Amino acid sequence: MSNFLKVVVFSLLVIAFFAGFSNFGVPQIEPAPPPKEEKLELGAMTIDQFVALGKKLFEGKGTCTLCHNPVGGRAPLLDRAAAAAAERLNDPRYKGKAKNVEDYLYESMVAPSAYVVSGFGKAGTNDTESPMPDASSGSIRLSEAELRAVVAYLQDLSGVEVTVKIPTEVGTEQKAEAKPAQRPPAKNAEELIAQFACTACHKIGAQPGGPIGPDLSKIGATKDAEYLRRAILDPNADVAKGFARGLMPANYGEQLYARELEMLVAYLVALK
Amino acid sequence: MKTGSWSKVWIPWLLLVAVAMLFGADLLAPDVAIAAEPAAAAEAAKAPAFPPAPKLSAADYPQIAGVNGRVAVWLAAQLHLWFAAFVLAVPIFVFVIEAIGMATRDERYDSLAYEFIKVSITAYSLTAILGGLLLFFLIIFYPHLFQYLATIFRKSMIYYALLFFAESGVLYLYYYGWHWLQGGFRKWMHLTLGLVLNAVGTTLMFLANAWVTFMMSPAGVDAAGVFSGDTWAAIHNALWNPINIHRVVANVAFGGSIVGAYAAYRFLNAGTAEQKAHYDWMGYTANFVAISALLPLPFAGYYLTAEIYAYSQQMGITSMGGIFAWLFIIQAVLIGTLFLSANYYLWCGMGRSDGAVRYNGYVKYLAIVIVGAFLVWFTPHTLVLTNEELKALGGPYHKFLGPLGIMPAKNIAVNTMIVFTTLSFLMYRRANKIPTVSWVKAGNAALAGLFAAGILNILFLGVYHGYFTNTVYKVASSIPQVLTTLTIIVVSTVIDTFMYRGAKEVAPLRWGRVPDRAQYALFLLAVAFTWLMGLMGYIRSGLRQHWHVTDIFRDASPDAFTPTLGYAANVVSVGALIFMALVIFVFWVSQVSARHTAAAGYWKAEAA
Repeated sequence: MSNFLKVVVFSLLVIAFFAGFSNFGVPQIEPAPPPKEEKLELGAMTIDQFVALGKKLFEGKGTCTLCHNPVGGRAPLLDRAAAAAAERLNDPRYKGKAKNVEDYLYESMVAPSAYVVSGFGKAGTNDTESPMPDASSGSIRLSEAELRAVVAYLQDLSGVEVTVKIPTEVGTEQKAEAKPAQRPPAKNAEELIAQFACTACHKIGAQPGGPIGPDLSKIGATKDAEYLRRAILDPNADVAKGFARGLMPANYGEQLYARELEMLVAYLVALK
Repeated sequence: MKTGSWSKVWIPWLLLVAVAMLFGADLLAPDVAIAAEPAAAAEAAKAPAFPPAPKLSAADYPQIAGVNGRVAVWLAAQLHLWFAAFVLAVPIFVFVIEAIGMATRDERYDSLAYEFIKVSITAYSLTAILGGLLLFFLIIFYPHLFQYLATIFRKSMIYYALLFFAESGVLYLYYYGWHWLQGGFRKWMHLTLGLVLNAVGTTLMFLANAWVTFMMSPAGVDAAGVFSGDTWAAIHNALWNPINIHRVVANVAFGGSIVGAYAAYRFLNAGTAEQKAHYDWMGYTANFVAISALLPLPFAGYYLTAEIYAYSQQMGITSMGGIFAWLFIIQAVLIGTLFLSANYYLWCGMGRSDGAVRYNGYVKYLAIVIVGAFLVWFTPHTLVLTNEELKALGGPYHKFLGPLGIMPAKNIAVNTMIVFTTLSFLMYRRANKIPTVSWVKAGNAALAGLFAAGILNILFLGVYHGYFTNTVYKVASSIPQVLTTLTIIVVSTVIDTFMYRGAKEVAPLRWGRVPDRAQYALFLLAVAFTWLMGLMGYIRSGLRQHWHVTDIFRDASPDAFTPTLGYAANVVSVGALIFMALVIFVFWVSQVSARHTAAAGYWKAEAA
């Protein structure tokens, strides 16, 4: 066999060994799929179901057990968290605003540095700063109701009375997420303008419109795409002369799909 | 080389830095859209003019029948990275070898450096082609992500493109001017070009690193992904420098291993003893480069991991204790392969020396310790078991092997592996020499004491912190262990260098007297490095899980799931095969230019 073939066969065998070991030598763990927002039927829930929801969130979406587990020891165990809360509220190191156990547990999730259990602070902060993220934001993003469900679960886990009242609304996070899902995306800019009733305030292209906002019929001749994108997303950033500040809603960034925003900007830029 | 002569290199380099700072000043300036009306300018300066990160649905990801967008981008990115790592690394050690040649006035170093750069020059265009392919794939399959990143990094992307011209110009001048810029001031000019080439190449890599690290640890944006306009903040994100350091070191190790494979192939095909001697020396030098960078690489990796934990404990745990935990067992197999093949090559290379018999007896002990350390690193902490197995074992941890699975045990293992590889190298260096200094006994005693004390310290630190302290302090031993290992490397090299100054040679070193199987150790090193880079690229990118940009820009594509290790390994293997095929092509092309075919009777005879 020529050296070339020998080298090729050798390299193939090495790669095959690594691939084989990765496929058959280590367990093939199927990672959990990206979390999906579940619609919470809060009105029909009993307190036991609410506690069970909290447990599910604690072990799943909330990713709490990643650190709060007996193996890694990276964060304190929470099986007595509610029972210990009263003591911590009176601790001079406590920096939060909670007055009772329920609020303390809630606060510990959204402002974890309010009280850091000794030995579990960020390195070099002398236990004044917690390494735990805010569970209501970032990748965890628990809604108000979900945070309360976790509090209920922690109270139940500690064997104290569950004082949490089941909220009637899901909370800001799920509401914000739910909005775009309820509306099918507009097919073109005209449809979008009609859906959002932009002509109630603006004259746009050939369409007649109200005088409350600036005339946009030839806006593309003077403003570029970046300016227009900003004007839609943050209308108070630049207010045209002669028009009042704060009249245009500032939440279109939450209401529009990204594609719709770009479609609208492109449409306006073309108005010359 | 006179010390003052270095100014000839440093002055142009400082000029380059000054030019870079002029450009950099613009790059660092806040990036705010200019308001159309002067009255609104102040408002515009306060209010950033950038859109939030888009919220996408699966319909926002274009699909092409028969092509998986994620795999296409993955392979293009990985292939681009392999070639880029190679072409950025080779000029680093070519510069060093050229400087050694100038210092020693030994032309063999100059020829060797030229041969190294010749191998990389063909790979340069392939790097650019693959970079273009990656760009097209990103725009085709992930248009919103690319648009979002381009909105934030538009300035640095322009500089990136312009720096490519600089990189190409300097590289071509450096390569094609090699034989022209010889002797005296011209040689200094050439060396300076090498330095400029490295400065530009490294800057290019750092710019690209900023984009990928921004996706992991975004900075300069708010929670909704709205860019503040501060480009430097986005570039200088939490993981930028750790990745920069890790990639520079890893690139050198990788580049050394690929050039080593080239030398090994040429050695196997060499027709004469002279050729064999030349390619043996080239292979040895390449292996030396690879090992020199391989030794500090685990420390760079540790620093990166520590910074990942500091940025996001969740991300850190996901990597080391979560779904990617088993990946580090695969990594252990690969690193073990790298250390064993590099050491095996050194041990085989001792055959070049007639004096090596004095040390042959020690090799088996070195092998036992390195294999033992590899097995400790390879031991998993938790085992995936059936219920029956779980009952029989009494839990997920094995009574004796379980303690070897935790990080302190791995730290002891990797430091031990590095210390014993250093010992291997010292032995190799000594093989053909007999020291003549009067303090040989004292020097050897000092070295023995240094190694013994260092190893004991590494063991004590790991055992004490790992098994007798709170979990939070389990990895506290890492830094003193690393410092111990570095101390051993530096001090032993210094003592040994002085001890063997003016040493007698047992017999002339016989380059070329090395078995063919040693060349396969070099191939193993290159293939394992390639595959390892692919695997670690997967985890670096995979840590974001279902986020394009961690926590602010969600991946809503049908491929947002994290693949299993087997799936990832298959993609990496396919990529490694394509890479190796292209590398073979590059090696072949680099030889073709030297071939001349006498086409008798083809050309018209010249008129007399």
